[in-house]
Amino acid sequence: MKIGMLHSLIRKDEKYLIDEFNKIKGVELELIDDRQISFNLGKDHFDYDIVVERCINHSRALHGLKLFETAGIKCVNKYSVATICGDKLLTSCSLAEHKVPQPEVRVAFTEESALRTIEEMGYPVVLKPAVGSWGRLLSKINDRDAAEAILEHKTVLGSYHHSIFYIQKYVEKARIENGEKLPGRDIRSFVVGDKCIAAIYRTSPHWITNTARGGKATNCVVTDELNDISVRAAKAVGGGIVAIDVFETENGLMVNEVNYTMEYKNSIVTTGVNIPQKMVEYILQVAEGRND
Amino acid sequence: MNAECPVCGAQIQLAADAVQGELIECPDCGTELEVVSVNPPQVKEAPQEEEDWGQ
Repeated sequence: MKIGMLHSLIRKDEKYLIDEFNKIKGVELELIDDRQISFNLGKDHFDYDIVVERCINHSRALHGLKLFETAGIKCVNKYSVATICGDKLLTSCSLAEHKVPQPEVRVAFTEESALRTIEEMGYPVVLKPAVGSWGRLLSKINDRDAAEAILEHKTVLGSYHHSIFYIQKYVEKARIENGEKLPGRDIRSFVVGDKCIAAIYRTSPHWITNTARGGKATNCVVTDELNDISVRAAKAVGGGIVAIDVFETENGLMVNEVNYTMEYKNSIVTTGVNIPQKMVEYILQVAEGRND
Repeated sequence: MNAECPVCGAQIQLAADAVQGELIECPDCGTELEVVSVNPPQVKEAPQEEEDWGQ
């Protein structure tokens, strides 16, 4: 069996995957550097049984997947999954269509309607670029002054992407236990196929808890409730191998985001789960047509 | 044969299973480096984060 791995840089995440593929007899792994490959539409003849997408650039991941699928190659994740997960607005729509709980989300297209919407929602809210990762350019807006300033900056300085105002009701992550205020946390769960295989808490004194922004990872037990909402979120975006960001709220768990090129290097030791091994098992099942 | 860190000049021995494109850290100055060639061993400074990097 021949596996292609579409990648940019080889981070620890990719290195772990390579190591797991290399352990399996009969599997030939070819690394496809997205900085080197070019496509010839309608004339490409690839001999991969499956392509695993591990790009660091969203744009290359998205278009690479489309080009491989157009050439008849099965991919993990699918182009459709990357399309939805790469856009917070599309993700929220998919979650809503599948009735997966999520924080209140509103969308507006102009500075004026966005301000009116924020005032209706009440403060604080979080303004997010529909396309973006690692917590970049997230704005927590606590009052009207901040709302006016952020909206004006986005309108004047932003690219057209920033004229789509994705507004999410802020979910308080800080917790009070025994009268003591603890740092905020959320949950990152890892779904492979139809199972949530592991999860971590991401804890930070900052309201942005991404580990890329300094959030600390600790193990989180996968309860039935967490497994259920994680798998439902994964199915809502089309399935495959995805990581779900989950908020703990007074009204139960809610899905914040779904990530399609999941990063897990800091979660293997933390959870005690060999995440890349589970990914490889699933990828081989899909390649063999046993789990589409 | 070792690679040379382009920032501090340290001699870096690549791991036996190093692959082209791999990110490593200079053990002397801590700069993030990309392996551009395994044989001969060569490294360069890793690319800077771009707008659409992430998961």
